[in-house]
This record gives sequence, structure tokens and C-alpha cells, in this order.
Amino acid sequence: MNVMNQSLSFTVNGAPVSVHSSPVTRLVEVLRLELGLTGTKVGCNAGDCGACTVLLDGRQVCACMVPVGQVQGRDVQTVEGLGADGALSTLQQAFHKHGAAQCGICTPGMLMAARELLDSTPVPTEQQAMDALGGVLCRCTGYRKIVDAVLDVAATLDETTPDAGAAVGAPLLKIDGKPKLTGEESFGADAAPADSLWCRVVRAPHGRANFTVGDLEAFKAGHPGLEAVISNKDLPGAKLHGVYPVGKDTPVLATGFTRHKGEGVLVLVGDKLTVESIRDDDLPIDWSPLEPVYGVEAALAEGAPLVHDDKPGNILTGGFLQKGDVDAALAAADHVAEGSWQTSFVEHAYIEPEAGWAQRVGDRMEMHVTTQAPYMNRDEVAAILGIAQEDVRIVPTAVGGGFGGKLDMSVHVPLALAAWSLDRPVRITLERPESMASSTKRHPARMTATAGCSSDGKLTALRFDGDFDTGAYSSWGPTVADRVPVHATGPYIVPNVRNRTQAVLTNAPPAGAFRGFGVPQASITSEALYDELAEKCGLDPLEFRLLNVIRHGGETATGQILEHSVGMAECLEVMKPAWVERRAAATAFNENSAVLKRGVGISCMWYGCGNTGIPNPSTMKVGISADGKVTLYNGVMDIGQGPNTIMPQICADAIGIPVNIIGQIHGDTDLTADAGKSSASRQTFVSGRATQLAGEDLRTQILRLANVGDDARIEIVPGEIVVRDGDAQRTIDLRGMATDPNGDVLLGTGTFDPPTVALDENGQGIPYATYGFGAQIAEVEVDTELGTVKVLKIWAAYDVGRAVNPMQLDGQIHGGVAQGLGLALMEEYIPERTENLHDYLIPTVGDVPPIETFLIEDPEPLGPFGAKGIGEQSLIPTPAAIFGAIHHATGARMRHAPATPARVRAAILATRQG
Amino acid sequence: MAQYVRPESLEEALALLADAPLTILAGGTDYYPARVGKPLDDDLLDITGIDGLRGISDGGDGWRIGATTTWTDVIEADLPPLFDGLKLAAREVGGVQIQNVGTLAGNLCNASPAADGVPPLLSLDAEVELAGPDGARRLPLGEFVLGNRETARQADELLTALHIPKAADDAVSSFLKLGARKYLVISIAMVAVVIEPADGAVGSARVAVGSCSAVAQRLPDVEAALKGQPLDASLGQQITQDHLTGAISPISDVRGSADYRFDVAATLVRRALGALGAGGQGQLETAA
Repeated sequence: MNVMNQSLSFTVNGAPVSVHSSPVTRLVEVLRLELGLTGTKVGCNAGDCGACTVLLDGRQVCACMVPVGQVQGRDVQTVEGLGADGALSTLQQAFHKHGAAQCGICTPGMLMAARELLDSTPVPTEQQAMDALGGVLCRCTGYRKIVDAVLDVAATLDETTPDAGAAVGAPLLKIDGKPKLTGEESFGADAAPADSLWCRVVRAPHGRANFTVGDLEAFKAGHPGLEAVISNKDLPGAKLHGVYPVGKDTPVLATGFTRHKGEGVLVLVGDKLTVESIRDDDLPIDWSPLEPVYGVEAALAEGAPLVHDDKPGNILTGGFLQKGDVDAALAAADHVAEGSWQTSFVEHAYIEPEAGWAQRVGDRMEMHVTTQAPYMNRDEVAAILGIAQEDVRIVPTAVGGGFGGKLDMSVHVPLALAAWSLDRPVRITLERPESMASSTKRHPARMTATAGCSSDGKLTALRFDGDFDTGAYSSWGPTVADRVPVHATGPYIVPNVRNRTQAVLTNAPPAGAFRGFGVPQASITSEALYDELAEKCGLDPLEFRLLNVIRHGGETATGQILEHSVGMAECLEVMKPAWVERRAAATAFNENSAVLKRGVGISCMWYGCGNTGIPNPSTMKVGISADGKVTLYNGVMDIGQGPNTIMPQICADAIGIPVNIIGQIHGDTDLTADAGKSSASRQTFVSGRATQLAGEDLRTQILRLANVGDDARIEIVPGEIVVRDGDAQRTIDLRGMATDPNGDVLLGTGTFDPPTVALDENGQGIPYATYGFGAQIAEVEVDTELGTVKVLKIWAAYDVGRAVNPMQLDGQIHGGVAQGLGLALMEEYIPERTENLHDYLIPTVGDVPPIETFLIEDPEPLGPFGAKGIGEQSLIPTPAAIFGAIHHATGARMRHAPATPARVRAAILATRQG
Repeated sequence: MAQYVRPESLEEALALLADAPLTILAGGTDYYPARVGKPLDDDLLDITGIDGLRGISDGGDGWRIGATTTWTDVIEADLPPLFDGLKLAAREVGGVQIQNVGTLAGNLCNASPAADGVPPLLSLDAEVELAGPDGARRLPLGEFVLGNRETARQADELLTALHIPKAADDAVSSFLKLGARKYLVISIAMVAVVIEPADGAVGSARVAVGSCSAVAQRLPDVEAALKGQPLDASLGQQITQDHLTGAISPISDVRGSADYRFDVAATLVRRALGALGAGGQGQLETAA
């Protein structure tokens, strides 16, 4: 039983409060649930992430580890207390100015940690700032902007917005930035009706097991406060779900057998204390654990147990691409390089665990959840409830990071089942360990590749074979299997290619979508091979790449001719001075340093924007109401990457009005059209183009109503549109016009589906309408005795087509670099063993180096004002560049990601043994 | 109904402990992480309200560090260079949030093989003071931490203080922690060193290694080998893995193999000694 409540008094943000609470309750829970101060976030409940940082008597503490009984008589400061009278504090303004908040989930914790420092040290050094922020994890920003903000706290904030026609290209501050800085932003766990029931999922404790369930009715009867125990016998609709229209293989709730630790078995619904007080061991479940199949080697072994009976050999699916004659070309090549690599499971580690609430409204289901894919969620929820898609409404909350991990269903399942059957509002927030055990991961890859070139350094052939551990269920495994063969050459002309992939089923958590869909893993192989070939040819690695990169009119491995927006060579050219200078500097440094060795590596990347050779449409709408309010119905999920700002910028210039008069309604499947999912670096390109088309449609309607020419200027004032064309001026009176259900009198609509051609059996076709290109240089310092790698600096150059918002692009690149650095050096999820953020390591503020970015604009005619994607592009080259730098520094080739100190040391020792 | 008591006196706390076994709560930085998603239904004795348990005092023959003294208290205390190693360790315990509430005593009682406090306190020859129904007793730290999550504390005892004996005024100390990232990291290996100089040479040396055995260990062979060595940058450069064999017994885990731990533990010992010999404290020169 829990501890009896006590009356406790303390002050919060200067005001006295009294609570009636168990003294053992975590302070953060009291702040959030009793006092309604949801600005303080919960990321782990274990002191590993710092999202809940508040000041207790002026000192930063994790509010998840402070028993409220210890707060009696003391003073608590939270993010809500930072500003005064609705205005941002100077610290918050500095965060806003520097783009230091992306998704915003870590921001309150960062602000409070910084506050403690600035209270004692108003002008801190960079080292002091890092030390102060070291206990708060951020997964979006790469930290550098946060440190910049803390060091620039005296700066003034310029909030002027661009004039009509000048929004695209402006470094506009985040339109939704302020609520993220004040704590007002409402994430998945932040709001629910006061009378909501709580639910909790009982999950498989073993990697692979049979189970039987006893008398749940009796169990429920023995637990007053428990409203329902939902099992697979209670499913109203489909028994299986999955992200693809076909091949659904994920049980809504398991039936007698579980395929990975963390798989959902039962849903407990009741009051919070009751649901939390029940231990899994108390439940009448009889488990018979079986030996789990972990790793592709075990899964592919002769006689391995089948993860799914209908998937022989544990092969879920495969991908294949063939062009030219790779065997002949390799035989004829002057130089050949080959090697094998492996990578590890990578956890998304968004700081916001999955959360949300739901209620049944008549015969409709309404869900407020953190998600990257509201329309996909809608369709899947409809299926598992057995109701029409139109009868499900998904209202996304703010999303505290996604990176691909919030595309799949998670809390939707228990929420839908519970709210539907009980007809009461229900809420849930996953704890970090269950989030990590149950959510999707980046595929570990086991890869072998061979590349060949001529004596003058022209690439002639690449052969790539990759087995990708796709875990227990499909998720996005097929996407990875398809995408990797297309991209495995990297952005180079390679006339002879043979790439093969397999998605292999195991008893690990499902591997799914994660920033890059397998491409970062594959690029580690090809980029290392190209370094080796360059060496064999006696060419500088950058020059070798310049010789081979794809250019305008070049043909890809799928036979696609790239006519437009191929700024790959420019990315290399712009970084060449830094490359030459730092390579020489590393050599000079190493001459005088025996233990510490520096190296500089480079990697190029390309990445197709959108789905692979299948339809991928987005629809956007923009309306004007009778009183002259402009509303963008923005169905693009902003998961921190910025479409809440980017889409209005595009929309404003398409209409020809200032961006600051555009209001927005965000992704609500009842109110916004389907803008697809926030994945595959498609939103700026696809939904951005749809937005441009919607804006142009509205503009055309206005010009037609005014009967003026295309160059007319539009001014929207209350109740009217004033249109000026040369000396002529016309006024459209909006007040008398007929309104639609949303109150709009004019509505512009735009739909864009990028033109692609499905891949044939040899992987030939036009899988993507456009590609993002880029390159990164990494400079590292390796401690050769310890095997530690410090990344000193990253240079990153990207062809983004058109930089819609240079500040947000910079933010995306920084965040991608940080995640790529994590993949390269420290991130390794081991099923059943690293289900928390202290055994699973992501980079901290001290691990991410300064990042210098270069934006190249080679316009994509299909993109909005020439723009294309950056989200995944930003991460892809980082690991390969770091591995190249380690090799340059030490001569050691890293074959196993992450390159932990132990692995780096072993690789260095191996080079010395010849 | 579980109970939560937060007494204001030691006598009261000991009486409560004598009555029934209680889980002792101080900074909460080990208690809460062990109960994520689990009920908070232990019978708890919160010792943070007890008068006189917090703070560092110089008693003439040595220092007393009260049980609820936090890592930040150590960092901010005015202490001689003998404590530099402990202060360096304090800065590496979690993030500042954890340093602000986490206690040295809790770190010892939690008895993790990777406890950041144990190597520096071993090198300081720390003793723990345990109060129980029959009065107080003192134990050398090495006899207190018995194994992974295992200590010599009896259920009715409370660890009330640490005692650090005086050392030579010119004693110096250091601490090096190796992890796979910069902040918030569990160490792969760590080394703490205290040296008392004598005539430009090592009068005595105390060296401890953590995260390389179930309990952090002193290295008697190394300490013996150092005695009388000149106190300069060459100090310790003759130390090899052989000097560590027998003292430590690292395991292989997600953070590194046993071989790797032997290897880097020897490197860290050499570096810490070399840096102290050269008049510095030594730093891992990379971020990790």
C-alpha cells in the first residue's frame, strides 16, 4: 500500500501552496497533477534526462527524484515563474533568438538549469554553461544553440517579420516558439479531462514466451478502483495492426505468445493509484519463457525458431537492385576495396515518452496523442475498433521529438480500447523503460560491400549485401529493405551496381523508421570503401569524391537521370578550404603528439525525399474568413523540425501577404486535410509544395474576383481584401460572402504528389522525384591509449534547393549531426539490457562539437520555391565522416558501430599487430 | 499502508530503525530510479530532516563528513588539496541536479561497483561511522562495502558520517573517470590517487580503482612500488597491468571488456600519477 497523504506547504514561483499528498510522491507529479504546472516535463523518472529540472531553494534538482515531503517549507521555481506578466525573460528571449528550442520538451529543464548558473554567474564561460547543462538531455538541437543562448543572455530579440513576398528565405523565429519557452505548450502527457481514468499496459517480461491468462474478472473484483482489464478476448475490431495496408502482423494485444520483451498483453484501466499499485507479478498470467532469437546470425541459422510461422527462414522481405554487370566490372577494376561492417540498434530517445488521452464522443473516437502521422493513426485506430475511418478523430498534441519513432501506433492501442469500451476519458503516459522496450528502433545492419575503380579513380562498381535486423514485427522494415539498395552507392556515378538487402525477423523490439531508414548504416560501408580506393589511387579523399559525385544529367543506380537540383559537387567545393587546412593541421599535430592523434574525415550523402516509388500525396488548405482572418489548415505534424513556421512562410509568399497575418489550425483530422506523415524528409518538399499550390489557388481566386493581373498586390484588412494592380485598386468585401463550415469565405486548396515510377524487379525506376545532397567533414581527436574519440568540429554543407528558413535548417543540421555522432560513438540498444537513459547513452551537451554549416541552393523545380528536405539528410553522413576521421588519425578502420572506447582501442591495437 | 517518517533527531531515527526495518531515503537519486513504473510503497525513513547530519567539519585529527552531505557541499567546501580528487569525483556524479541532492553516504550505501565516491574515499582512507541501538561503531570503508549492492550496515544501523584522517599538509590527490560520454555517465573505469610527498619523493601513495571489480579496490602493489619514487612527471610510468592483477577483477559488459578495463585502468593509474608528479591533477584529455 502507498503512503498516507499529508498536508504539505511550500512556495512555488514565490506563491505559497498547500498540497495533500503522499510525502513520497515525486515533486514533479505534485507540480503537474496537483498544481497543474505542466511546464515541468517528465522524460524518465530516473534522473537520467533532466527534463524535470526545477530549482529547489535556488538549486537545480530533478523533480522526479525529490520526495515532496522534503519540499515542506522550501521554495520551488519552475519554468512558469521565469517570465513576468506574459513577457519572456531575457533567458527565454535568448533561447528564442538562437532557435534553442526545437520540439521544446527539454526546454523547461534547460532553462531552469541555466537559471541556476546565471543566478550565481551572470557572465559564464562556455565550459561553465556546459557543466550547468550537462544533466539535461536534448535530442533535437545538438545543444550548440542552447549553449549560444545561455552565453548571449543579454541579447535583444528582434521580432520584426518579413514583408509580403519576403518570407521564404528569411530566418524567421519559430512561430510556435514562445509556448515552448514558457511551459505553456501542451504535449502528450500535459492535458486530459480531470475525470480521466488512467491506463497501463501489462507487457511481456521475456524476449519470447508462451503465456496463459487466468481469471481476470476475479482479479478485477479483488481490486476496487480497477475499472477494466482488457485482453485479446475483448478486441472490437482487427486483431492485428501495422503501418502498411497489407501484411499487418502486430497483435493489438498478444494472444498466448509474445515475440519481444515489452509487447502488450493486457490493459489495466482505473484510477491512477490503483493502476500504478498493481505489480505485473500480481496478475494471473502464467509465463513460459522460451529462448529468444537475437541477432541476424541466430535468426538466419539453420533450424532457428521461426519468429513468425508464415515467414520461412525468418526473412520478412528483401530489396534488390541490379544495373550493369557488377562481377565483370569488379574483375576488370584496377583497384578493389571490400569490407564488412555491423551497426547496432539505435533508440530514438525522444525526451517525451509516448502519451495522450482519448474519449468516445457518441459513436466516434477522439484521441489526443503525440504522433508524427495523424491520418495513418486514424486509419489504424478505426481498424482496431472496427469503425469507419471518418469516425476517428486524431487531434495531435505537441510532439516532444519523434525521429520516426512516433509514426507507429503506441499509446493509441490502450487508449482506444479503454475509452471505447468504458465510454469514459482515459489517459496514459509511458514510463521510459516500457517506451524503450516497446517502441521501434533503428535497424542494426550486418553489411558486406565491395567497390572497384579505374586507376584514374573513376568508380566502376559497387556490390552491397545487407542483413537488417527488423525485430519482431514488420513496422517499417520493408521501407528500409527498399530504400537501402537505391541509396547504397551514395551520391556517386557508379555504372555497375548490385545491391541486396534482407529484413530479418528476430525477437528484438520492432525496428522501424528512424531518420534515414537504413541509409546512414549503408553509407558507413560505401564511404569507407571510397576512402580506401582513393588511397589506392593516390588521390585525396575529397578529390576522389569530386571526381565521382553525381552532377546534373547524371544517372543513378536506378537508371534515373537527375536533371535538376544536384548541388553535390558544390557542397564539396565550399568545404574544400576547411578540408585542406584541417587535414594539414592534423598531420602537423600528430607529428608532435604520441598518444592523442587527430584526424579529418569526409562523407557525402544523398537521400530521396518522400516514399520510395509509391504515391505520397499531401493536401493543404488556406482560407480567408468573412472578417479577413487568414487560416492555414496545416496538417503537417511539427515534431520540432519546424513546419509550423515553414508552411506559413511558403503560404505567405504564395498568396503575397505578410507571414505574420497567417493563423493556423494544426493537424486535426477533422479540420485539416491529409498532409501525410512527418517522415522521409518529405514535408518541406511535398506538403510545402501543396502549401504553395494552396496559396496560389487562393491568390488566383482573389485576383479573379478583383479582375486584375497576376502582378497585383494583395492586402487583407478586416472584412476586406484590397487589391492593387498598378494604379488600379479594387476592394473585395468579404463580409457579404457565403461562409463554409469553418467560417471561410474563400478557400485555396493544393495537393501535390511527387511524380515517381515504381521500381521494377531489378530496382530500376524513378523512386524519388528529388534528392537532398550534402557532405560533412569531421575532425576528431583520438586518445589512442583509452580509445576515446572527441569530435572537435563538424563542417556540414547541404544542397537544400532553396533555404526557406536558414535558421531552422541550421537547427535540423545540428540535431542530425548530434544523432549521427551518437550512432557513431555511443548508441547501442541491447534488448532487455539497456532500457533506460543511463545504460543507453545519447550525446550530452559536452559531446557535440561546434558545427559550421553551408547551405547550397540548387533549386528543385518541383519543390516549393525550389526547396527540398533536410531532416534525414542532416544525420546520414556524420557516422561515416567520423569513422573516416578515426582512420585518418589512427589507421584503424571501425567496423562496428558504435565505436565505443573499447572498440576503438581494440581496433588501434589490431593495427599494431599488423 | 506503508509508512514514511522524517524524524528531526538521530535518536528518533534510530528508535524507528530498531522497531522495524526501513528503507533509508536521503537524496532519492538511487531510490526513485529503481522504482520507475513501480509502486512507491516501501516503509521509508527519510533522514534529510535530521539535525547535524549534514556538513563537513574539521575535528583536528580529521574531517567528519555528515551522512546527508551532498556532492555539491563537497565541491563548495573549503578543503585542502588532499580533497581535490574527491571534488573531481563529485563533479562527475550525474549532472548538477544529482550533485545538488545526492549524498556521499548514499553513494556508499547503494554499493554500486561503479559508485564514483568509493575510489576517492578509499584513497582518503575513509572510515564510516554507523550508529545503532548499541551505540556507534567505525569501519574502514574497505570493510563496509562488501560487494555489489552489499554493505556491512545492519538493518537497525544508520550510516551517520564519514571520517577522513588527516594527511600531510602537502598531500595531493586526483581522480580520473573514463566513460563513453562527457556528462551523466557510468564509468568504465576510474582511478583515485592520494600522494603524501616526502623530500621531493613519494612518502606514501594510496591508489584505488573503481568499476573494475565488484567493489572498488586499493592497489597495494602499486602503492608499494611508488614509495620513494621521485615526485615528477615520470611518476608511475613503470606501472603496468601486472601491478593491477590480483587487485582488480573486471567483468565484461556493455561498457567494455575485462581486457579493456585492465588495459585502461593501468593507463589511468599512470596518468593520474604522472600528472600529480608534474604538479597537476591530470585530466582525461578527450571529452569522453
